[in-house]
Amino acid sequence: MAGAALFRAEGIGKSYPGVRANDDVSFDVAAGEIHALLGENGAGKSTLVKMIYGLVRPDEGAMTLAGQPHQPADPREARSQGVAMVFQHFSLFDALTVAENIALGMENPPARRELAARIAKVSQEFGLPLNPARRIVTLSAGERQRVEIIRCLLQNPRLLIMDEPTSVLTPQEAELLFATLRKLADQGTAILYISHKLEEIRAHCDRATILRHGKVVDSCDPRAHSARELAAMMVGGEMRLIDRTGRQAGDVLLEVRGLSLPAPNAEGTALKNVSLSLRAGEILGIGGVAGNGQEELLAALSGEMRSAPGMVALQGRDLGGSGPVHRRKAGLLTAPEDRLGHAAVPDFSLTENTLLTAGPRKGLVKNGLIDRAAAKNFAEAVIKGFDVRTPGPGTAARALSGGNLQKFVIGREVMQNPVVLVVNQPTWGVDAGAAASVRQSLLDLARSGAGVIVISQDLDELLELSDRFCALNEGRLSDPRPTEGLSLDEIGLMLGGAHGMEVAHI
Amino acid sequence: MIQLVPRSEVSTLWQFLTPVLAVLATMVAGGLLFWVMGYDPVAAIKTIFWDPLFGMASSYSRPQLLVKAAPLILIASGLAIGFRAGIWNIGAEGQYIIGAICGAAVALAAYPSEGMWIFPAMVVAGAAGGWAWGMIPATLRNWFGASEILVSLMLVYVAQRVAAWMAFGPMKNPEGFGFPGSRNLQQYPSASNPELIAGTGTHWGVVAAAVAVLATWFLMSRHIRGFHIRTAGLAPRAARFAGVKPETLVAFCLGLSGALAGMAGLFEVAGPAGQITDKIGVGYGFTAIIVAFLGRLHPVGILLAGLLLALTYIGGELAQLMLNLPAATVQVFQGMMLFFLLGFDLLTRFKIQRRVVA
Repeated sequence: MAGAALFRAEGIGKSYPGVRANDDVSFDVAAGEIHALLGENGAGKSTLVKMIYGLVRPDEGAMTLAGQPHQPADPREARSQGVAMVFQHFSLFDALTVAENIALGMENPPARRELAARIAKVSQEFGLPLNPARRIVTLSAGERQRVEIIRCLLQNPRLLIMDEPTSVLTPQEAELLFATLRKLADQGTAILYISHKLEEIRAHCDRATILRHGKVVDSCDPRAHSARELAAMMVGGEMRLIDRTGRQAGDVLLEVRGLSLPAPNAEGTALKNVSLSLRAGEILGIGGVAGNGQEELLAALSGEMRSAPGMVALQGRDLGGSGPVHRRKAGLLTAPEDRLGHAAVPDFSLTENTLLTAGPRKGLVKNGLIDRAAAKNFAEAVIKGFDVRTPGPGTAARALSGGNLQKFVIGREVMQNPVVLVVNQPTWGVDAGAAASVRQSLLDLARSGAGVIVISQDLDELLELSDRFCALNEGRLSDPRPTEGLSLDEIGLMLGGAHGMEVAHI
Repeated sequence: MIQLVPRSEVSTLWQFLTPVLAVLATMVAGGLLFWVMGYDPVAAIKTIFWDPLFGMASSYSRPQLLVKAAPLILIASGLAIGFRAGIWNIGAEGQYIIGAICGAAVALAAYPSEGMWIFPAMVVAGAAGGWAWGMIPATLRNWFGASEILVSLMLVYVAQRVAAWMAFGPMKNPEGFGFPGSRNLQQYPSASNPELIAGTGTHWGVVAAAVAVLATWFLMSRHIRGFHIRTAGLAPRAARFAGVKPETLVAFCLGLSGALAGMAGLFEVAGPAGQITDKIGVGYGFTAIIVAFLGRLHPVGILLAGLLLALTYIGGELAQLMLNLPAATVQVFQGMMLFFLLGFDLLTRFKIQRRVVA
């Protein structure tokens, strides 16, 4: 089992504009060990492994691999030193065969027959059944992942990084994967396993390093702790007390019933029978891991994705089949996650960007004609009301910092006096000051009698803002629970996709 | 290694200067070409760009400027709207031909009766024909995701075959002594598109082009539909967020540019061309693409670019006549102009950097 440290990171730091992704991160992985990197989304796990794999360079700190300094300039150099990585999203060509795909990823691919023999040998050795002649398009997600794993194994890696590998697998496929990983570890490969699924980490990992807000908060043997304890470490014991006074739940404003929509594209998630109701003055928090239908839920509420009549009703009025303009007129407003290119047009001025959503409710467009003066006035009002730091309404959206543009985008919707406002990741990539003011504005909006839905991956944010909490998992929305009295392990389990919770609950 | 690095700020000044630079570069490169071919470069350039306006024959060629510019501007105004939205109608030439045929069909059906209604009905029929021809790629894109670039382009060749069929078949002039081609509409008062002000070249198409410039400027800068078109071109997801249905936009842009191209075809067949022949399409629909880009997809720019490209047509003909330059001169010039424009555009958005190998 765990021998001397094969890989060691010391004092790793990495900043992006407005975010400290990693701060003084130190940990080590021993040869023959399955080491879990545990943390919420945005805790800095991905940034950390990207640095190990040479995709990102650290600002501070040092890494060593087998005693040698490890400073890969790019993934190719990392691979040559024995670091391999299996990504969450596969990079395979559908039209090619397994062997062809593997050959494409190699620096010096051997002759096809030899390669096929080697693939067969490795897949047999590690119990990964795979036919080299099959085309990718015919494979399941689990089989595709095996292609990626075999591609890595052919390089004889010393350190194998797996980024949330079970998120696409069936339970049976996941079991097979763990058996393979264990065999690999027994042969002396170090495995760095990224996940937020507590149970599988407890069952299969030798050690866990827990990240929160970019920092290592703990390191432990996961088998010696309960899921509840791990969740507490991951989420953080501290909870800020905030002022939720002045709000009282009123009439039901928004009613979503049996909302099901197919995935909009290959990367997307289908929404499955989502139901919720939202009262006046209430903030509903929707948590979940990215890619579980957050964007689709927002699009289905904004009207970008058309739902069937009867699925969405605002104040008793059916909006299920209406598009964004009708829904806005009725008072259902939204603010998507992606500020540049979705919530705002980067090359447009702030004045022009008000016209994206505020036309109908603020009288900026009359009989199809744009009232430029009114748009400019409204942009100025948003800038003033939400403390957007910018030279003026004529500034292009892309010239604003993330935090300031976010304040503008949220302000643009809040100042239209919505009946219901739905926001996705309202403080993503935003500095602390701007995040606080955005959150405050959402609270104030609810206090004034509107209903607010906050979709977020930031658990602290959801706990701080929401009255009720539910989790979005593979396009399914759990039943809401009052945030008050909700324990940390319950939240961790809801987020980690413990489907048992859902069943027990219904 | 040389590398293109995007510039953080695109200078507005250069946005206006690059078309001018492209024209100057075309003159220089064209002059070099003529020199290599053994012509006097200065005289050739002067013949093409100066003489049509101020030379000996200018009293003849000046009115031609408006005659040639009108269809270019009319078509380019429509195309530019689609291009702004990222919808690429490359088949205006086909819509132009079908518009001409549909418009002429009304006239030929009404012949020989006279009436005030005939010419307006022809204009409507021309626009409708171009619209319908533009709606084919729009529908195929919306229903099956077919590329409107390929479909609209291929429909040009279909339209050309339709024109040939009409000229030799159903529309052939029964009193034409067996020659292909329809009756000459210039000799049919109710259907003709005459010069409105003598000596200027102004016909109804020129009026329509002027209206199109004003109307598209209004649409793009004052109307919410124009705002949505610009949004769709810059950020498609934001456009959907704003409530734009992509399918509606595709139909609107291809339909509108088709209708304008169809009108241009009608004005041509009822006026300068006079009759439906198998050669009714003379390339205005393709040249209008250059006009749209040279004019920065802006109505005023298109007005100027249309006049400039019209000048190259007339100047090219003049150069053939006076200096025996080859007939392909005009096309070479127009091609070079687009080439230089795109080249200079690249440099306004990117800078060339030598890559330092780490």
